[in-house]
This record gives sequence, structure tokens and C-alpha cells, in this order.
Amino acid sequence: MRAPLSWLREYVDLPASETGRDVAARLIAAGLEVETVEQTGAGLKGPLVVGQVLAIEELTEFKKPIRYCQVDVGRGADDPQNLICGATNFAVGDKVVVVLPGAVLPGGFEISARKTYGRVSEGMICSERELGMGEDHNGIMVLPPEHEVGTDAIELLELVDEVLDIAVTPDRGYCLSMRGLARETATAYGVPLRDPALLDVPAPNAHGYPVKVTDPLGCDRFTARTVSGLRPEAQSPIWLKRRLQKAGMRPVSLPVDITNYVMLELGQPLHAYDRSRIEGPIGVRRAESGEKLVTLDGTKRVLDAGDLVITDDRGPIGLAGVMGGANTEIADASAEAADGPVSGTTDVVIEAAHFDSVSVARTARRHKLSSEASRRFERGVDPEAAAAAAQRTVDLLVLLAGGTAEPGVTEITTPSGSRTLRIPADHPDRVAGVSYGRETVVRRLQQVGCDVYGDAGQDEQLTVTVPSWRPDLTDPNDLAEEVIRLEGYENLPSTLPRPLPGRGLTERQRLHRRVGRALAGAGYVEAPSYPFVGEAAFDALGLEAGDPRRRTVQLVNPLSDEEPGLRTTLLPGLLATLRRNDGRGSHDLALFETGLVFLPTGSETAAERLPVAQRPTDEQLAGLDAALPEQPRHVAAVLAGARERAGWWGKGRPADWADAIEAARTVAAEAGVELTVESASFAPWHPGRCAALHVRLEGSRVLVGHAGELHPRVLKALGLPERSCAMELDLDLVERAATGQVQGPHVSTFPVATQDVALVVDASVPAAEVESALRAGAGELLESLRLFDVFTGEQLGAGRKSLAYALRFRAPDRTLKAEEASAARDAAVAEAVERTGAVLRGA
Amino acid sequence: MSAPNKSYDPVEVEALKPEAIDRARDEALAAVAAAGDLEALREVKAAHAGDRAPLALANREIGALPPHAKAEAGRRVGQARGAVNKALKARQEELERERDERVLVEEAVDVTLPYDRRPAGARHPLTTLSERIEDVFVAMGYEVAEGPEVEAEWFNFDALNLGPDHPARTMQDTFFVRGPDGAEDSGVVLRTHTSPVQIRSLLGRELPVYVICPGRVYRTDELDATHTPVFGQVELLAIDEGLTMADLKGTLDHMVSALFGEGLGTRLRPSYFPFTEPSAEMDMVCFVCRGASVGDPDNPCRTCSSEGWIELGGCGMVNPRVLTACGVDPEKYSGFAFGFGIERMLMFRHNVEDMRDMVEGDVRFTRPFGMEI
Repeated sequence: MRAPLSWLREYVDLPASETGRDVAARLIAAGLEVETVEQTGAGLKGPLVVGQVLAIEELTEFKKPIRYCQVDVGRGADDPQNLICGATNFAVGDKVVVVLPGAVLPGGFEISARKTYGRVSEGMICSERELGMGEDHNGIMVLPPEHEVGTDAIELLELVDEVLDIAVTPDRGYCLSMRGLARETATAYGVPLRDPALLDVPAPNAHGYPVKVTDPLGCDRFTARTVSGLRPEAQSPIWLKRRLQKAGMRPVSLPVDITNYVMLELGQPLHAYDRSRIEGPIGVRRAESGEKLVTLDGTKRVLDAGDLVITDDRGPIGLAGVMGGANTEIADASAEAADGPVSGTTDVVIEAAHFDSVSVARTARRHKLSSEASRRFERGVDPEAAAAAAQRTVDLLVLLAGGTAEPGVTEITTPSGSRTLRIPADHPDRVAGVSYGRETVVRRLQQVGCDVYGDAGQDEQLTVTVPSWRPDLTDPNDLAEEVIRLEGYENLPSTLPRPLPGRGLTERQRLHRRVGRALAGAGYVEAPSYPFVGEAAFDALGLEAGDPRRRTVQLVNPLSDEEPGLRTTLLPGLLATLRRNDGRGSHDLALFETGLVFLPTGSETAAERLPVAQRPTDEQLAGLDAALPEQPRHVAAVLAGARERAGWWGKGRPADWADAIEAARTVAAEAGVELTVESASFAPWHPGRCAALHVRLEGSRVLVGHAGELHPRVLKALGLPERSCAMELDLDLVERAATGQVQGPHVSTFPVATQDVALVVDASVPAAEVESALRAGAGELLESLRLFDVFTGEQLGAGRKSLAYALRFRAPDRTLKAEEASAARDAAVAEAVERTGAVLRGA
Repeated sequence: MSAPNKSYDPVEVEALKPEAIDRARDEALAAVAAAGDLEALREVKAAHAGDRAPLALANREIGALPPHAKAEAGRRVGQARGAVNKALKARQEELERERDERVLVEEAVDVTLPYDRRPAGARHPLTTLSERIEDVFVAMGYEVAEGPEVEAEWFNFDALNLGPDHPARTMQDTFFVRGPDGAEDSGVVLRTHTSPVQIRSLLGRELPVYVICPGRVYRTDELDATHTPVFGQVELLAIDEGLTMADLKGTLDHMVSALFGEGLGTRLRPSYFPFTEPSAEMDMVCFVCRGASVGDPDNPCRTCSSEGWIELGGCGMVNPRVLTACGVDPEKYSGFAFGFGIERMLMFRHNVEDMRDMVEGDVRFTRPFGMEI
């Protein structure tokens, strides 16, 4: 809502020295969000005067028509002024606005006499846009003829003003009007309000335009007034246009301008029908499904049974509270010939109605049609102001358009009692933590417009009747807020509550932090990505048609139609980040992300809209959770380029599949979980360089993720560097596999006995199996085992490899004899031979 | 050593003449002093302190002397040999030290060589900023609560006093989730704030409840310099007996002090949120200029645009209707809540100018933030 300060002053006696900024500060403190204070006409300097065109010489030698005009600006002997003008929408005798040398127009545009189009122009004839009045640049501004030549146009056009632009929160519908803003301003300054809705309104009678409301819940009030004999050629006076412009509305025609003006003034949306175009009585009813209506914006709309419509005998003529129909629109004034009689609307029916806010909101949303009217009805319009608004409209039509108010007054109302709340007088005190006292509470509520009574014999209770323009005041806390804000939020003290001692972060939260630190410590940079995915991402990953990861949670209104789903794996987002970094010139990359993935269960039910009047039952709440997909937390890491760079220290080392598996192990280690690794073939990984990662969970082996080098085809499809690697784990599963606290190991101080063995096995035998066999065979004396070399070569034969292990034996209670260590080694080897067909090398 | 000489002839024991011994000693000492390196010293040692050295030979002849002369000669030779050995040892040490120093000089490296063998890792500043905020409240006794990102509308809207037709419900540009059959009205959304976690906390925890709810939230904004459809929020909820708006103010004051420095005030401005009543916008004094830039065009403040205040987010007293929907008796319990966006706080706390830097995952942006913020 844009509120010109000059207009506000009409209802509130503000000190003359108060600037727009001063008023804004007061209103902000009272809870209005004043976004800007615009200085209209800032920097504007005259002379800017009304002139009359005496002669026009058409210059034809240029690409566009140019006029060389003689204009009288009331300077006697110094006149006329010779002015070049590029517009053609005026004639000899017209009154125009002339800016003369020495003046400065908005934007610092200095005016001087200068030669242009071969003539000297002693200033300029102005358009609205040049004066900062509006966007209209279709020619220059032609003034009504009654303004005298030489009049100062800065004052005439009210060019200098301040406009407060206020973002009105949904609870403050009344502030979408000058009346409401004036009320807040008056309260903020502690001065009286001149309420523009206090008008004498004639009593309803039976002679008004017939109206039939068949849906009194949707429309609890309908006032209709008729004005006839309007002069179609009557134009909006400058003051009216200027107020509309400053408030951000475009002047259209006098009757429309008046309804807009009254809406801005009183907050009541109005509609003017051309009486000659209505057939039969006006009705208010719900639409029949499939009924059609062309609204004023020219859109043909198919109506829903929930839409409240205004009708005549033909059918719908308006979407109630949202937008009128084209078929009863006020006709623009038009003339057959330039000097012929003007034809246009002469008789109008004024509608000032009150519609149900929910109904209007639904209709506006359904038709994606938000209008000045619907914005107000959605937020609540003062039903008691309807008759005054109609009266005000009638008055202005009579005054400005020469119309006659017909005596008929239609008013249909469904009585609704005023709303009354009972609150303890100290309720605001208890909400704020401040002792305001009863007197202050009563005074502040009265300023808001409430009637406040103390309960008989019960001093601490207040009975509060809220004003008709405040439908938002429904609960005791609403009243508390009114008191607290008017007393000033800035005066609230600062105290600290004392919560019970907390238990700190949960194990799970600690794990999430540890995982992040461990990966960052290992050189990975965290890169959270958006969770939106589409089929293309899965195609690029080479997922098969039936891959469960292709089954995504779908959005109704995705940002991009290409990405309508939610991720089932972190890899698409993380790999896109990898590519972005690579494309920007960072090539040695290690990235990670932890976040939720969204896995449809396939058995989601629709989430019920449970009541809110009490706590839902546990079954109802479980029903809501059943509507949701699984949302486990995953962790993923990707690598490209060098894991260790080359430099003066020597050669570098490219990131490889083993780094990816190590990243997974790093994560698992933070949870105290050991991953078992086995080779796997799984998209999007290289089928020969992919590890499936398992944990032991509740006694069984559970797959928790994969790691390795990505498939060359995937890398090509995604434009990623060769040999890029990735890992992804279900962090929730890893967390569940955690075995709890680490048990302190017993450290033996007896000497270690080291034995090395080299075992030759088929190349296809996984090292993990050999190691596992060695461990099993070595028994309890084995302290540690380390693979220190893998060797292939001719002497082993094709398809064979040699694995060299260092075995360390130690006893907790004695120095091992050489033969004990050898026996343990032999047992280990024997187990490996047994399980994997290994041959002891050199044996 | 030769056998004892019974029939000695003093004239023949030329080597034991005092002058000879002194001469041999002096020659030895001169040679030691002249030895230029350890190799030369080894030769000097062999020549003057070895088995064939003059003093060694002289020593051997002592036995041939008459008993009365033995002591005298022995003392003389012994002193001479001692002096030579001492000189040798001293020179040896001297030369070794010189050698060692030379080697250390030769082994010197250029310690200014850069070392970027393994590029550094880092955590994302949005993560670490969120954790830092959590820690402030955990230290006060709050617990961290989490919840799903795909959420039932009842938790995201209805329970928060945002009924189906509430104007605010359309204000928040919500991503709606299709039902399994493709239905558009499945009642499931991407959560638009972390407030549903407050609801879950009230439903699932014992009273009093003091929780902080960090997490990702979603709104249908296109990514640009100041908007992102996916962003981080931290919300706080305190429900207890007798909590007031003054407690809310004090809690905000404490948070701002902990995150931005002591003595920075906060300001509440009336506002509207369906889930709180009364509601407020919260601002903090600019931690950079502390308000000094207001009205001083010569010293503008980029952080607060010379407003003196920085907008933090929204807050208020939890609407009793919210408590009712969660089965909490609003006659007995009251409380407050607030929430703000992590991205915005990161932007003004760390001078980040473009939202996209925080969402694109460019390692050049993230690395400088390190492990903690």
C-alpha cells in the first residue's frame, strides 16, 4: 500500500515539520513494514507553468513528425515561447505544461534554450513521465481547459510529495486503506483521527436496484446504489489522478478512477456496472461448474462450483470480490467526430459488498488472479464500511461527473454479531513480562477501536468487543499484541529463561559432525547440492530401466520440468559440482556431501489434513508419517585429478578407486564400524573397479554402499575427467551398525616376532579373502597383518599374482619362541592354501 | 718394547735425550696444528702418535735406562705424549666440528619451497555456521532437533495455525509433492521452514521443551544473487511455564552476543506470523559499524547499508493455537520461537556478496572457511 503523506495529513493533524521518514519511523515502531519513503518530485525546480498553445508549425523534413509551437505561458511581452515538440496529441488552444530554461526536471535533467531540429526551443512541453508522475509517455500531458495560463504547475500537479510504501502483513487488511493507515498514524502520534467513513448514509429502501443474494455465507452484505445522467466526457480532475498515481494506480476513466479512489480511501473494493448493460436483477450465488465468464482482463474463464459469482439474467457478470466481467464494463467515452457528441456510460450501478475471505482467496488462487479487490477481501474488509463507501462513490460521481444520485438504496445484510473476547486484564502483562497495568491495557485497546468493559464485580477480567475492521483480533494473544506493540516493542526488558540442563548433542549428531571433519581432514571439500533430479541424470549414470533409484518422489511444481524428482542418490548433484569445478579450472578435486535422499516406499498414503483443535491421536500421527517417503541420510565423495600432486618433492599420484574406498572406510571408522569390501558390478561404477561395501548389522551382512572408479561411459556422458572416482554410503545404516564404545586394548610389552610370507594365488582371488584366511589361520597370537607388496610377472605364470604379507606375532604374557611364531605362520598359510588355493612362494 | 737392557750405554739412548723428546713433541704439535682436515690429521696421528712415532719409540727405550734415569725419562716422555694426544684430540674435535658445520651448510634446503602435495579439505561454511549456532544454544541447555525434509502439510502448515486458506500459505512458495498415484493433493510438501520440527518436538518430547531446529528448507524461488530454492534455517523453540516476550528478547540478545560480540543490542519490530502471536521481526545492531555509519555518508557501512541495524529473521510468542494442536495446555504453558536463514547470516557475517557462491560448491569459495567458522 502506497500512502502519500499529503493524503494522510487530510485525516490526521501531523506537525507540519514531520517528514515522511519521521512518520515511517513511528509506523514501523507500531508494526507496519514501511519499505521505502519515496520523495516524488525530488530535485524538481521551476519554472514549470501552465501554457496555452497558440500556433503549431508542422516540420516535415525529419523522419518523424516534429512540431514547432508557439505557447503563451503568461509572461506578457516575453511570450510566446517557441517550443519544439515531438508529440502530436494536442491542438491549438490546448493547455499544456511547459518547462522553461533554468528549470530542473526529476532525474537532474536541466532545461535550457537549445537548438534542436533546426530551431531554438525555449524549453519543453512535458509528458507525465518527464514530470515523474507516471509511466504515460504517449504524448504530452493536455490539461483541462479551466487552468489558467502561467499557473505554477509544480503546485497544480502536486508534484512534490512523500509516499510511504508499506508492505501490509496478512493480518492487517485494514491497512490496505488510507483510513486504516491514518488510524495507525493518529494512534502513533496520540492525535485524533478524522474518520473518512463517518458519512451520512440514507437508510435502505425498496427502490434500489434489485439484488438477490442466494449465498449469504459467501456474501453477508451487498449495497447497491445507482447514479444516472453522468456526463460521459467528464474527466478525472488532476487531484484525483495524482492521488491514484502516487498510490501506484493508473488513471483510467472517471467512474473507474472514483471507485479505485474510494477503495484506496476506505479499503472497500467497489464495482461500477453500466446499468444499460445489466439484464435483470443482480444476483450473488455459487457458479455452476463449467460456466464461463470473460473477466475485465480479457481472459475467458471456466468457473468452478466453488467460485462465488455476481450474475444477471444472462449468467455470471463478475467473479465476486475478484474481478468484474467484460460484459457489463463501463464503456470508455468515445466520439464519432472530434467535435461531435461524446457517447459512453451515463448510468451506473455501484456495488459495495462484503465477501467471505476464504471464498475470495480460493477463487483468486484457482484462477491465478490476484487483484486489488481480492487482496483486500482475502485479508478482511470492514463490512460496516460498505454503505459509507457506496455513499462516497455516489457523492464523487455526482460532484465530478454531473450525475444524479437515485433515491433507491439496496442493502442486503446477513446480521453477524460483533465479536467479543474476555481476557484477564493482566494477560498482556503475562505475555510481555512487563507490568503495564489495567489502565494502560484498556486505553491501548480503545485506541485500536475496541470497546472495553470491566466485568461487574470482577475487576481483573475485561470484556473486549473488537472493531469491525479488525477480523484478525480473535484470540487473547491478539489483544496482547496490540497492547504490547502500541506500548513499544523497544521497551521490552531482556531476561533469560533457565532451561533444564540439556544432554548435549546426540550420538547421531556427533557422528554427522565427525564424518564431516574426518573427510575434510582427509582433503575433501564439502559441497552440498540441490536435490532435484530428472531422468537425464539417471541416464547419464547408466542406470538400467528398472533400477530402483529411478523411482523418485515427484514434485507437482518443480522449478524445472527437466528435474521433477527428488534425488535417490547424492551422486548426480555431487558429480555436477565436480564438473563445475573442473570446468572452472580446478582439476585436482575431492568433494563430499552428506544429505537426505528420498526413497518412495510405494505404499505412501495421502496425508490427512488432521484437525488442529486438539492433539491428533498417535494413530493419526503415524498415518502422517506413513505418507512420507523414506529419507535416509547418505554420504558421498567424488574424486578427480591428482590425489597427490607432482612437485619439487617428486611425482604425484592420481586419485584412484582405492581412494574412494578409503573415503568410505574413513566414514565408517568414525562410526566405529568396519566395512567389508567385495568386488561388485554396479552402475555408475566401472564393473572391474567397483567395491560393494557391507557392514554387520543385527547379526547379518548388510550392503551400505559402493565405491570405486566410475564407468568410462558415465564419465564421458557427464563430461568428467577420466578415472574420476566416487563412493556413496547410507550413513544411517552405518550409524546403526556402530558397535558402541571402544574397549581399551591390552598392550603387551613382550617382544614382537615378525614373519613375512608371499603367497601366489590366481589373479581372480580377492586379497580380502587371502587376508581373511591368514587371520583365521594365524590364531590369537597374530597382532597385525599387513599386505606390503602385490607382484605379477612371468615367473609366476599368466593369471597369477603374488601377495606378500608381513605378519606380526606377540603374546600377551611371554616372549614368543621362534618355533611358536613359525607354527602360527604355518597355520596361517595352511588356511590360506586351503581356502584360496594359495601356494607359498619360495616353498 | 725391547728387553731390559742391563748393559746400557747412555750415549746410545739418543732418543731419550731431553732435547730429542722436546723436539719430537714440538714437531708433533706443529704437525697437529698444521693438519688441515681430518684425513691429514689421521696421517699426523699415525706419524706422531702411532707405534712408529718418535715418542713411541722413545718410550720403548726407557727400559734401557739405568734405574735412576727411568723415572725422569718416563715422566718426560709421558708428558710429551700426553700433550700430543691432547692436541690431537682437540684438533680432531675442531676439525669434526668444522666438517659437521660444512655438511649442515651443504644440506641446507630452501624452506620457502611451497608444499601443496595434497589439496586441503574443508567443511561448507553453511554447515559450520549452523553448528556454531547450535553450540550456543546447546551450551544454554537446548537440544538439537531434526526432522524430515519431505513433510506432511499438517506439520508444515496446519499445526502451525496456517489453515488451508490462510493467505500466508500461498505467500510461502511451496513445492508440493505428488502422491504415489500422481495425485497433486497428497498433503505432502517439501518443508518450507523447519517449524514442522518444532511441532514434532512438542508432540514427541516431555515438557518443558527447549530445542533448536537446524535444517534444509525449500521454496520455489529461482536461484539468483539473493535467492535460492534450497536454503538452511535455524529455528528455536522454548515452551515452559511462564515464558514471556522479555525472555525471547533476552535469548536473542544472548545469541547475538555469542555470535557477533558482546554489547550488540537487538531490536524487535511488530510483524505477523500465523504461528506466533505476538510476532516480531528481529534486528541486531550492526556488528561492523555499531550504528556509527548512520547519517555519516563519508563512512558508509556495506554490512548494514548504513542502516545501523541488520535484519535477522522472525520471532514471537508461540501462538496458543499451535500449543493446542500439539496437546500442550496453553493456559499452563507459553513460549517463544524464532527462526532465521543461515545463508543470509553467512552473507553479512562473512561478507559474501552472491548467494550462488554458497550453493555452487566451488572449492575456491569453501576452502578458506576450513573446519570451523
